[in-house]
Amino acid sequence: MAAHASTYEPKTRFGKWMDDRLPVGRVMHSQFVDFPTPRNLNYLWTFGGILTFFLMAQIVTGIVLAMHYQPNAEMAFDSVERIRRDVNYGWLMRSLHAVGASMFFLAAYIHIFRGLYYGSYKAPREILWIIGVLIFVVMMATAFMGYSLPWGQMSFWAVTVITNLFSSLNSIVEGLGTGIVEWLWGGYSVTGVTLNRFYSLHYLLPFVIAALVGLHIWALHVVGQNSPTGLDVKTRADSVPMHPYATSKDAFAMFVFLILFAWFVFYLPDYLGHADNYTPADPLVTPPHIVPEWYFLPYYAILRAIPSKLFGVIAMFASIGVLLFVPWLDTSSVRSAKYRPLYKWFFWLFVFTCLALGYLGSKPAEGTYVMWARVFTVYYFAHFLIVLPLLGLIETPKKLPASISEAVLTKDKPAVHAAAAKKA
Amino acid sequence: MKRPAAISHTAMALVILLAFAAAGTAQAAGDGEAPHIKRYDWPFAGLAGQYNTQQLQRGFQVYQQVCAACHSLNRVRFRNLTEPGGPQFPVEAVKALAASWPYTIAKKFDTEGKLIERLPTMADPVIGPYKSEEEAREAQNDRVPPDLSLITSARSVENHAPWYLHVPQMAWDIVTGYQEGGADYLTALLTSFKDEPPAGFEVSEGLYYNAVFPGHQLGMPPPLSKDNFIEYQEDAGAKGSFEQNARDVTAFLYWSADPNLDARKRLGWQVLVYLLITTVLLYAVKKHIWGRLKAKPSETESA
Repeated sequence: MAAHASTYEPKTRFGKWMDDRLPVGRVMHSQFVDFPTPRNLNYLWTFGGILTFFLMAQIVTGIVLAMHYQPNAEMAFDSVERIRRDVNYGWLMRSLHAVGASMFFLAAYIHIFRGLYYGSYKAPREILWIIGVLIFVVMMATAFMGYSLPWGQMSFWAVTVITNLFSSLNSIVEGLGTGIVEWLWGGYSVTGVTLNRFYSLHYLLPFVIAALVGLHIWALHVVGQNSPTGLDVKTRADSVPMHPYATSKDAFAMFVFLILFAWFVFYLPDYLGHADNYTPADPLVTPPHIVPEWYFLPYYAILRAIPSKLFGVIAMFASIGVLLFVPWLDTSSVRSAKYRPLYKWFFWLFVFTCLALGYLGSKPAEGTYVMWARVFTVYYFAHFLIVLPLLGLIETPKKLPASISEAVLTKDKPAVHAAAAKKA
Repeated sequence: MKRPAAISHTAMALVILLAFAAAGTAQAAGDGEAPHIKRYDWPFAGLAGQYNTQQLQRGFQVYQQVCAACHSLNRVRFRNLTEPGGPQFPVEAVKALAASWPYTIAKKFDTEGKLIERLPTMADPVIGPYKSEEEAREAQNDRVPPDLSLITSARSVENHAPWYLHVPQMAWDIVTGYQEGGADYLTALLTSFKDEPPAGFEVSEGLYYNAVFPGHQLGMPPPLSKDNFIEYQEDAGAKGSFEQNARDVTAFLYWSADPNLDARKRLGWQVLVYLLITTVLLYAVKKHIWGRLKAKPSETESA
């Protein structure tokens, strides 16, 4: 809990002087050194730190790339190639940034599924969760606009397809969709004007994410972290100070993740991208299969699963919007799936559904692929709208331990536990 | 406790059932008539892969004597041909090459408004025969021979594994660092022209049948064949043949699309060694710090 007594004592004269005027050191110490973290956090709780690192890394590599990039339809593709070929270590900066985006999403998905498994969205963490969903939405917008910048075939056609989605609003108000699309494009088709504004927004949005991350961490430090048992920290014995316990664990986990990152940067820099994006944008040639980056595939599958364009667009946005309501859709009073024998299975069925939608999103929208995309789209929404509300009512949760420390100590000392059980 | 178990088993059964049902039908849907593309053993593939300088030199020879008749290589500059990690031709030889290049650069105007034609220098791109798209269309039956600088990056071999093997195939490619799909495709393309298309296949006027090209009809005539290939010099490191030509020119074009591969992979293992050592150290630190809790479980209470 945040309401813990600060043990901060400034050691230097400057520190004491500063502490009376702007106590930055005191705040940092109480929030990131002393801060009580549940002692039973597993490695899935290290992804918050990993995500913070990737946000900073993307901003740093992005600023360097922006020094060499030209947001101009005639020059964009060539300038990226010049970065790869002629800028010192430009190939490295570009790989770090492009692969970094994928790693950012991978970490974000693990982080989100962690929250869903351990019920991290339940009271009093609703606002924390909602801010997280907003970060995810802005992240997706940033990534989408960033992918347009190399101005290759896939960039161009992804922008064309996705911005055109808004034209479906024409079926509600005649001309509304077209108006919005032309406003987004800054013209009557996707041109260099569109590219230029996407570049501007791509530079702006990461700072919006950074501000939201600040709020996310603030909200987290007000309510405290959830834990694998779903129990809050109640006594000092339930927690360890953030430093050096959580920090040492976070550092180790981050380096394991960086190994994966480096593997892609140095050995598979193009694996996560699409070959068509090495062909300069050509408005007259449509690629045979227009597919988004891997992290958008499930939503793309949902979009194409629905025969009506308007309802496809609505379903795609709703698939993310529904996350905002999860704190109230889940009726169970128990947080952690560890103590929810039924939810545990449905959670994994949901994970499978998301992976299946991702696979189907990468395939052409024809035949059985569409049929299965429909089945999984229905289940995707059923999970949130039917399964989560019902499970809380019919499920009998397992007995919760009295506290985090009890859960930890009985695990550490099975002999004590067995002896206690015998006595009983 | 019985009811939840029953429901959870039903849920598991449902997952397996869905999986198998999807397997049958998705496979039936298939990927059409995607031809199989062989994976070649490239010297630049994998963790320690690096370009073979001699192969790049042979590949350039094939490019110069065959491809350059129609295709430019605009993102490669003559100076790049001398640089480390590339064909590393001697500087004097490349200067001479640029000065005798069959095509000229015409970009600037003289005082009378006429284009100045000049030969390329070391700083200029490896240009092709056409100065504009219009000129290319006029000469090539309304088709534009693409610039080849990025051709191996701009092509790939899709994962055609049935859905249940899709993830294992991906995992295998990631673990082995397989990224040479474009090279495999290009070599396959160059060696898959057929004089006689399969029975029942109509090839349009002015097009050529190719077994791996999507749609099988290609505007490019076979650039190499079993009777028409480039002989190499004695000390070139390999004997010229149809297949060898195709592989060498592919390797050269792979370099032109990814000229930093050597440096990237070298830096890659250095970074990985650093990360691995630091990771082990950080694990030891973490173990040590968390060990304090086991030794004195009451530490945090007294702290």
